[in-house]
Amino acid sequence: MSAVTLDHITKTYDKGKVLAVNDVSLQVEEGELFGLIGPDGAGKTSIFRILTTLLLPDKGTASVRGYDCVKDYKEIRNRIGYMPGKFSLYQDLTVKENLDFFATLFGSTIEENYELIKDIYDQIKPFSDRRAGKLSGGMKQKLALCCALIHKPEVLFLDEPTTGVDVVSRKEFWDMLKHLKQQGITIVVSTPYMDEAVLCERIALIQNGKIMSVDTPDKIMAQFPVKLYAIKADNIYHLLTDLRSMPEIDSSFAFGEYIHITLKDAGADIDTLQRNITQRGHTHVDIKLIHPGIEDSFIRLMNQA
Amino acid sequence: MKQLLVFIRKEFFHVFRDKRTLLIMFGLPVAQIVLFGFALTSEVKDITLTVIDNSRDANSQQLIRKIKSSSYFIVNESSIDYNDIANSFKKGTTKCALIFPAGFGNDLQHGGKAQLQIITDGSDPNTAKTVVNYITAITTAYQQEISPSPQLPYTIVPESRMLYNEEGNGSLNFIPGVMALVLMIVCTALTSVSVVREKELGTMEILLVSPFKPLMVLIAKAIPYLILSLANFVLILLLAVFVLDVGIKGSILLLFMESMLFIITCLSFGLMISNTTNSQQTALLLSMMGLMLPTMIFTGFMFPIENMPKIFQLISNIIPSRWYFLIIKSVMLKGLGFEYVWKETLVLLGMTIILLTIALKNFKTRLS
Repeated sequence: MSAVTLDHITKTYDKGKVLAVNDVSLQVEEGELFGLIGPDGAGKTSIFRILTTLLLPDKGTASVRGYDCVKDYKEIRNRIGYMPGKFSLYQDLTVKENLDFFATLFGSTIEENYELIKDIYDQIKPFSDRRAGKLSGGMKQKLALCCALIHKPEVLFLDEPTTGVDVVSRKEFWDMLKHLKQQGITIVVSTPYMDEAVLCERIALIQNGKIMSVDTPDKIMAQFPVKLYAIKADNIYHLLTDLRSMPEIDSSFAFGEYIHITLKDAGADIDTLQRNITQRGHTHVDIKLIHPGIEDSFIRLMNQA
Repeated sequence: MKQLLVFIRKEFFHVFRDKRTLLIMFGLPVAQIVLFGFALTSEVKDITLTVIDNSRDANSQQLIRKIKSSSYFIVNESSIDYNDIANSFKKGTTKCALIFPAGFGNDLQHGGKAQLQIITDGSDPNTAKTVVNYITAITTAYQQEISPSPQLPYTIVPESRMLYNEEGNGSLNFIPGVMALVLMIVCTALTSVSVVREKELGTMEILLVSPFKPLMVLIAKAIPYLILSLANFVLILLLAVFVLDVGIKGSILLLFMESMLFIITCLSFGLMISNTTNSQQTALLLSMMGLMLPTMIFTGFMFPIENMPKIFQLISNIIPSRWYFLIIKSVMLKGLGFEYVWKETLVLLGMTIILLTIALKNFKTRLS
């Protein structure tokens, strides 16, 4: 049995005018660290809210650990932990009071499951008498994670837990998730950051309410059908406009100091391409074959859709 | 059960850590009571009275002394010209002028009839009427004094009494009214914000996902405010008794129970607003601005409901504070027992049940 199942789920807002989730089906296995990857407005939060029984789907069925999200919502509410995308703790309560409140609310105590949150809580313990509203962004997320975990949920739903958090805290946060996974908790996490996708066991790429691909990050990257090149020159802006006007180029996107391109003709010669670009007046042209990342896969899938 | 207690404790934390809530909760009632008690009084006192005595005889002087000895007037015996009176009214230096014509005493002694002119500022008709009544009463008393044997064969002397408030203390009517007004506004406003705040901050999402029952959320929200409102009620009562000299004639226990019922009515109303709105601002606007005026007008302590057009009288029936006002007026001022207020109590009870049902029906177990 899968820990989480979505079966042809559709959700619209404003009486059907806005399509948020479009016929989504996927499964998350027991004990898996599953990522829902997509830009803002892709429908990630809507899917989370359907799974956490906060929203009713228009069509389709969803279940968590075998319990139907509509009929058995009370059962599900006893079994899951949920960390909403927006910081949702009481800003005027202290760290300790928040944790204590949520532990009691879910019928548990801090002591009972302290082992589970120990690693995370130790980091915010020095501030346990500070009001939650006065914590830094990373601290807030750690506290929110503690509050979502304190009752030892079977499935943990984390909606964009690292949005607005600095790079170091993000890394720490993902280390914690891996640690939790080892304890047998199924984790469903969403993120708009592509670099975090590779940290999940399996991911679903989602865009405009539709799932584009579900697989392990490695497989998704390996499924990239053509060769991918990274190219740079002195004037990167001109290079990009020139590349977009060249007939042999299939796609071109700026990635930091490089531009990632694919070619229409799989067998095309790189040297010819380099010559063509140099003829257009570009200097220090550098082209190399690279391995596609999740972001490349995402953009390619997005353009095909 | 432990969950409920922890939830209630959390609500208390919210109240005590938010200075604004505390200010609304306890500052507003004190300010209102003091304001209404001292500033808003219908009594007329210390009116500046300009006297122009063109007669200057024994009778006119005696009458002026009588007026002086009453506590209502500050008599200003000026020698200003009759023509200047209009000016001093315009400037506002005088509210009332009393003019004795030349030969006042002579007319009275020998003609048996003398005239006296009273001029008042009609731009404030209530005060003007009161002033005329005061002077007429003093004049009549003086007239009887100087002609002890009435020539009339039949006389009717009306002996009036103001029951429950013999000395005509103006705060007496205001206190129950202000109590009704303050409790209504404060209880409704604070509870209306309490649930919406959770929605706005996003904590409602987690509360809903928890196994905690929605009904318990409402109970946990209502109990702290019930306790605080009762404390508030005691505070208002203490202020009324010790600062404004309003005695409590009836049973304090009955007063307390009736107030508790009224507070629950208001809490239910607040919860209903809270469950049907989506932002603290809307909730506060609805409960404070939206309620303030109707409560003030339709409670009946400022303007008598009996004088309103029929349609407004009907509307006043749905304002809970109107019924509470009737109850505490009866219990506090008249000292009546439950047998005289059971009808009003029943109306409040009915309202509470209806409001609570609507509040519960509208509590969403999911996000809308």
